[in-house]
Amino acid sequence: MTFVHKSIAALLLVTAISSPAFAQTTVKYMTFSAAPDYLEELDATVAAFEAAHPDINVEVETAAYNDYFTKLQTVIAAGQAPDAFELNYENFVAFANRGVLADLDPLIAADTGFSTSIYNPTALAAFSQGGKQYGLVESFSNVVLFYNKDLFDKAGVAYPTADWTWTEELEAAQKLTDAANGVWGTLAPIQFWEFYKTIAQNGGSMFNADKTEVTLDSAANIETLQWMVDKVNKHHVTPTDAEMAGQTDGDLFKAGKVAMLRTGIWMFGDFLANANFNWDIALEPGKTNKAHHFFANGVAVSATSANQQAAYEWLKFLTSSKEAVEIRIGAAWELPAVSDPAYVQGYLDQPKPESREVVFQALDTAVTPPVINNWTQLTDIVGQELEAAKLGQKTPQQALTDAAAAVKNIL
Amino acid sequence: MTAHSIGATNAPVVRAVPSVWRRLWDANAGGYLFLLPWFIGFLGLTIGPMISSLYLSFTNFDLLTPARWVGLDNYTRIFTADPKFAQSMRVTLFFVLFSVPLKLAFALCIALLLNRGMRGLPVYRAIFYLPSLLGASVAIAVLWRQLFAGDGVVNDLLAVFGIEGPSWISNPRYSLWTLIILAIWQFGSPMIIFLAGLRQIPQDMYEAASLDGASKWRMFWKITLPLLTPVVFFNAIIQTIEGFKSFTPAFIISGGNGSPINSTLFYTLYLYQEAFAFFRMGYASALAWILLAIVAVFTAFSFLTSRYWVHYEQ
Repeated sequence: MTFVHKSIAALLLVTAISSPAFAQTTVKYMTFSAAPDYLEELDATVAAFEAAHPDINVEVETAAYNDYFTKLQTVIAAGQAPDAFELNYENFVAFANRGVLADLDPLIAADTGFSTSIYNPTALAAFSQGGKQYGLVESFSNVVLFYNKDLFDKAGVAYPTADWTWTEELEAAQKLTDAANGVWGTLAPIQFWEFYKTIAQNGGSMFNADKTEVTLDSAANIETLQWMVDKVNKHHVTPTDAEMAGQTDGDLFKAGKVAMLRTGIWMFGDFLANANFNWDIALEPGKTNKAHHFFANGVAVSATSANQQAAYEWLKFLTSSKEAVEIRIGAAWELPAVSDPAYVQGYLDQPKPESREVVFQALDTAVTPPVINNWTQLTDIVGQELEAAKLGQKTPQQALTDAAAAVKNIL
Repeated sequence: MTAHSIGATNAPVVRAVPSVWRRLWDANAGGYLFLLPWFIGFLGLTIGPMISSLYLSFTNFDLLTPARWVGLDNYTRIFTADPKFAQSMRVTLFFVLFSVPLKLAFALCIALLLNRGMRGLPVYRAIFYLPSLLGASVAIAVLWRQLFAGDGVVNDLLAVFGIEGPSWISNPRYSLWTLIILAIWQFGSPMIIFLAGLRQIPQDMYEAASLDGASKWRMFWKITLPLLTPVVFFNAIIQTIEGFKSFTPAFIISGGNGSPINSTLFYTLYLYQEAFAFFRMGYASALAWILLAIVAVFTAFSFLTSRYWVHYEQ
């Protein structure tokens, strides 16, 4: 071989090595749960996935929860559906019924060495419809009582325990409220989600068991709404909207202005980073019953995606791989929905907040969202009536009677 | 053409006369070519969607499954069984009825001030016009939210006088008024048009009037205002249409759902909610056509009454 020949051969070799061995597939993934607090964790998960699958490239698009479903439904209608996307349990049913989700069963069946037994079975079943698995379950979250230990110590009040009811909560809240310094005893927003959970704490519900009848305006529910409103207007242990002055309940808690706050465990990341005082969590006080929110997020593949196999690989990694689960646990980014007790232990072993086991105890009294077909209209109707009650424009009885009448029309 | 006409004397008797279209084309080909880009956009982006939305208004359509024909169902439901339609209509009419006259009056006042031949007029004009450029933007809506919040600048100002202001935005009694004030603040474009109208009024009329001993006030009522009515008419029509179409401020300030308690549920906001929150595109399309009809009726009514109060100079 001459020098020229050698050079050409070397060049060819270099080119062969440097170019990828196979074509890159790009998977577009749309999500709401990562924005705005867990973007770094999502990036790390994507990087880990791409390292394990050099032939697949994941392109992430995020939207805040409030805009997410408008955006998703519009891009799907425009024929620009992302290959894979996140759905919460409330919206999953509507999407599955409309035929926009790919049936994952053939992909799972062809995936030797993978079993769905890695997931929590109940949670996985939530994302199937008509006997077909249209989604993989990604995460759980729930709502518990967060409390500011420093404020409790200062007021000399004992920390909340599992057997507290609304009565003990109110007594403590009255001692903890310090109007002069703008400190409030307890805070739970008066809105749709808080309402359906709080009525369950008084043995009520929005519908009968098979969701054919509206029970919104039952005596127990009216009493519950009265309690929610009284905390603001009668007992003055919860700030009014005006007193909150545009700050979120999370902002007030972080500023040390709220002693007890009912909010989601998705706030862990924010509070761990930004709340400069001792805080912990406890089960929520109820009236006659214990009741806690339960939310589940799942992920699905678009029925029209050209890259369903690659999209499935990404979703499987995101929901069940060791790397993804560890990143999620490390950042307290909700709870991975995997059944392996070792992962649960990993979650419990994180140092703060101390009473992490509460997150699992709360699952025993979980209330799922009262999903009906006209879900967004339901949240709108009930939300507006609750607002009228909150602002004193209607009595709780009037608001719930009106809400019940309007909901009957969309059932 | 002349050469052609002369040659025509020798032509056979039955000769095709160029069609109207042909002659229009020959005369204006260049113009049409320049018009083409706009025309394609107009067909594709305005007429096309309008026709499809008219069709959709007779269907149930959720974007994801094919549209299903339901005849007049959507329209019947809007007029007989939709309390939110009635509420959004009330809010929008209240907004138009108060914001348009107040805005025009304010714009006219400022235009009269600026018309007194002060120095630095172009600077003032530009400054006063600025809110009109910014007004419909998201940033201003956010600013407004801050100004009128419970601990906002407005209440800080009132506190100086010992008044404890309410939380303007979250109180259903005042929330719509904050939006009306925002609309009035955007008085720039009617002001510019008024200013131009004022310049058109012949000075000798005022001179003649002042020789006769007319007061300033009388001159305004008897000369300025009557001669300005065509401009008032134009501004009123444009601002009414704008008022019916107003969307962004209410969307941002109410958080997208017309809260508190639907007190800022503008018609356009309700339409958006039906389309992009409830995904009832057919129903939303029907709402859109009703809005078009309402605006058309309002405009036609204004034109009909205009002959009684608008004076055109002969």
